[in-house]
Order: sequence, then C-alpha cells, then structure tokens
Amino acid sequence: MEVKILSAKFDIKDAHMLEVAKQHGAYSQLDKLFSMEPVAVIEEVKNSGLRGRGGAGFPAGLKWSFLPKGLNKPVYLTVNSDESEPATFKDRYILVRDPHMMIEGIIICCYAIGCHDAYIYIRGEYTSQVKALQKAIDEAYAAGYLGEKVAGHDFKLDVTVHRGAGAYICGEETALLESIEGKKGQPRSKPPFPAVEGLYGCPTIINNVQTIASLPYIIENGAAAYKQYGTEKSPGTHLFGISGHVNKPGMYELPLGLPILDVIEKVAGGVLNGKKLKAIIPGGSSTPVQTPEDAKDLTLDYESMAAHKTMFGSGGIVVLDETVDIVKLVENLAQFYHHESCGQCTPCREGLGWILKIVKKILRGDGTSADIDLLVELCDNIEMKTVCVLSAACTMPVRSYLIKFRHEFEAYVKKGASAQANVKQG
Amino acid sequence: MSDRSKLIVTGKPFRFDQERDAEFERLVKRYPTRESMILPALWLTQEQEGWISAEAIAYIADRIGTFASQVFECATFYTMYNLHPMGRNHICICRTLSCWLRGKQEIVDYLKNELGLKPGEIGADGKFSLEEVECLGHCGTAPVVQVNGEFHESMDVDKLKSLLATLK
Repeated sequence: MEVKILSAKFDIKDAHMLEVAKQHGAYSQLDKLFSMEPVAVIEEVKNSGLRGRGGAGFPAGLKWSFLPKGLNKPVYLTVNSDESEPATFKDRYILVRDPHMMIEGIIICCYAIGCHDAYIYIRGEYTSQVKALQKAIDEAYAAGYLGEKVAGHDFKLDVTVHRGAGAYICGEETALLESIEGKKGQPRSKPPFPAVEGLYGCPTIINNVQTIASLPYIIENGAAAYKQYGTEKSPGTHLFGISGHVNKPGMYELPLGLPILDVIEKVAGGVLNGKKLKAIIPGGSSTPVQTPEDAKDLTLDYESMAAHKTMFGSGGIVVLDETVDIVKLVENLAQFYHHESCGQCTPCREGLGWILKIVKKILRGDGTSADIDLLVELCDNIEMKTVCVLSAACTMPVRSYLIKFRHEFEAYVKKGASAQANVKQG
Repeated sequence: MSDRSKLIVTGKPFRFDQERDAEFERLVKRYPTRESMILPALWLTQEQEGWISAEAIAYIADRIGTFASQVFECATFYTMYNLHPMGRNHICICRTLSCWLRGKQEIVDYLKNELGLKPGEIGADGKFSLEEVECLGHCGTAPVVQVNGEFHESMDVDKLKSLLATLK
C-alpha cells in the first residue's frame, strides 16, 4: 500500500546533505521552474488538486491565487512547521531526512507568488530538527540555491528559521504571524485573511511543510502524474502517522483514499498484542472519534471523513484498544487543550477549564448524570464562539466521546453513587 | 498552570557573549521590524544562560528598542522559556494522548521514585529537574522523553535506567 513520493529519499543514507540529495534529484527542477511564468506554476499546482496538509485541506493553488494583484507591498511566505496537534509527527521526517526537498518547494512557491522573504516557523521542542534544518539552509545558501540569485537566476530569496517556544496555538496561522512579529501567539480576527493582510500587514501565504515539500514532484512530473494517486477530490499522497495501540506504529506514506481498517491491519500490523479494537481517532486529537462500526467504510480522504462527521485533519491516526478508559482519555485531552488555550477568548479560556473540572469530578465518583449533560451543553456554548478554532478542536472530539461512549461516563456516575450510598449505610 | 508571572532579579548585569551577539546581528537583518527579534533573542539568552532573568529581559528590550513589557509578555507566554534556573539535566516527559496510551505514567512514576522529584520540581543539588509536557511530536515512538532537548524514543524503565546512568 505504501508509496514513495515525498518519502523517496527518506531511506537513503545522508540524503539530508546537499551533495547526496542532489545526486537524487534535489534542485533539478529549478531551470524548468524559472522557464515557466509564475502564473503557469500556480495553474499547475491548482490542476494537481494539492490540498493543504496542515489539517484544513484547503486547495493550495487556490490559496495562492487569493493574493491581491498590483499591490506595492512585499509578499511573504511562512512555512508552518509547528506540528503540535497531538498524534501528528510527519513533518519532522521531511525536516530531518529530506530538508532540501522542502527548500526546493519553498523556491517553487516563492517564485509562483512573487515572494523574496520566507520564514519557516518551527516548534520550539524540535531542538535537533531546528539544527538539522538550519544546516540544510546554510548548505543551500553556500551552494547558491538561496540568496541574491537563486541558482544563478535573477531571483532573490532569503529563508529564515523562526523558532517557536512551546505554544500549540502558534500552529494557528494568524497566531503564528503574531509570534513572528514578536508578540504572544493570540490569533487574529478574520477577515482580513492573511493572503490580503498577513505578516507585517502584507499579503502572506501560510503553507504546511508537507504541502510545500509536495511541490518539486508536481513541477517535475506535472499535475496529472500527481493525480494518479488518491481520489478525485483528494489527490496525491500523504505522510500518515499511526500511533497508539498498533503493532507497528510509525510514519507511512500512502495514497489518499485507502480504507482505514485495512491500513491499520496491513500497514500498521493490526491492534497491539491481538487485542480488540475499541475506537479510532482518524486525523489528530481534535478529530471526532470513530467506532469500529463507523469505520467500516471509512477511507483516508477528505470526503469520506466529512461524510462520517469527522475530519481528515493532519493524518495522525490513533488506535485505541479495548482497554482504553474513554473518560480518562477525555481528561487527558481536555487538560491538553485547557493548557494550550491562549487566553484571549473567555469561552475557551474558562470553558475548557470547566470541561476538565467536570470530567475530573466524574472520575472521582462525585459526578451525576446532569454533569454529563452539562458537558454536552458546555461544548455547544464554547464552539464557534471564539476567534479561532482551538476551542472547537477540544469540543468536537469531546462531544463525540460523550455521544458514542456515554455509557462509560454513566458507569463512573453509578459507581460513585453506589460507593457514596455504602458510605452512608456504613 | 504554574505561575509564570515572576522574574528573578540577579543583581548582575546581562549581555550577549560574542557568539550570540554575532547571531543577533545576523538575524536582525532578516526581519523588517526589530520586534521580530524578541523570540530569537530570548532563545539566544536561554542558550547562553540556561534561563531568563529580569536583567536579560531589560537587556533584550534595550537592544531591540522596544518596551520591556513586550519582551516580558513573550517570555511569560511561551512556556519553553525558563524563568528560573533548571536542573543540569532537565527531563521532560510527554504526557499527551499517544504517550499516555503507551505507558508514559510508568516512566513518570519511575522517575518520581528514583529522583525523589515531582513533575515541576528541581532537585536540591541541581542535578535534575522534572517536567511533564504536552505532545512532543514523537507519537509513533511513544513514550518519549526529552533530556536537555535531546529526544529518547520508545522508552521503558530499562532504557530509562541506562539513560540516567549516563547523565552527570
């Protein structure tokens, strides 16, 4: 099932080094690129159907075409390498094993959109990855692929690594921009969208690492070749991260559209130690959970995920076996989102804390059935009432656990009630 | 969340050493505004000193030409900036989803017992500090532990024992 488009060089020794990467085709598309008109590059990417790989799945070429024309302002590219959605661990393979593929992608994107200053925003925790990436960028400068004249062509491009410092929210694109501008990462109200008014008030494109890294293949082989993989509306391949209770967790490149249960069985080696499958988180911690029954006809593409009222997200699949305590899992997730709320909007700052408190109360055995209803009500009152979607990233999955595994919450309530009755009788 | 609103005054002046000074000057040319240097300057400070003092905040503000309050705001918002000295070996254990599913609690319990520290604490001799952190992006090789920035994947108690033995 696996394919090697983005991961073609991942297993080649020292492919992170420029000389080795070049032997395997890195930077070989630049002459072709500069012979094309920028608008033709955008058309090719549009035709490829490449969708943003950060989570939202917005068509990349279309996003680029939103840049206003004829403005007398610089255009910026920021590459989102914040990768902090729990269960997501794909982009760092690109940063460490094939950084030149991404740098070539940056050159392609910048040429297409007329950008001369690109920033890579990388999460602060990626210490060794930051170093590896910076080393690759230094090599690219030394070899003349970045700087005043990219590969000898009349095109200037600077690429700067900007390191975050432990804030999940900075994966949200406008929080990311605030962070580069030297502020705390609090998302901006939209509109205006970054394509119109982004970094330093200028038109800005924000793309995920994997989106950018897909570009050299598309330029080399054309949109049609890229569309051979995947489905009509979800073309191409994706780096899926499979974690949790499977025998072979890890990162796998797969075409979009494969049945999720087959992938868990055949690619990830099935449920760990032969246990029974309880549920699947299909695309990172913020995506609504799927029971084995739900997942029967679920395929790994944007349309199937939407039809199942969940999301493709970041391609981070988490497998839960029969031993998982769903209430404790919700506690774990609620704590994450509560901790990561930036504090700007009251429903999120306070509401996620309340979700956590009530779940803890239920776990202690002090909860009532009304508390479970209150959790659902809280989710409804928080979601979409904030500047960004961090709050929904918590409430959407939490609601799905409350609906699909309500009996587990009820069991804690009952157990608590009978324990208290015993205390009174005793 | 722990209280991240207090700064420590050391009574000693702070400035970048030569290497950080050069890196600051290289980077500042890359941004159209000097305020963009706040996060990079905080990182340079932490690389040099291990943590960020009140004097460092004042120095960065002065160097950039901005308000100390804006530097303070960033230093306190972003949780990776240490506002006090940490242990020589700062151990972070990922507590989130996939690491939780694959047994991070065993790792935490072992370290608590072995080091006599709770997450969030620094040992009296300054050798270790312990912290539970949110997702470190190594879910496929969970559970994961990070020591002074270095990742240690697919951890178990045996591996932890050998790792601790190498730390000075």
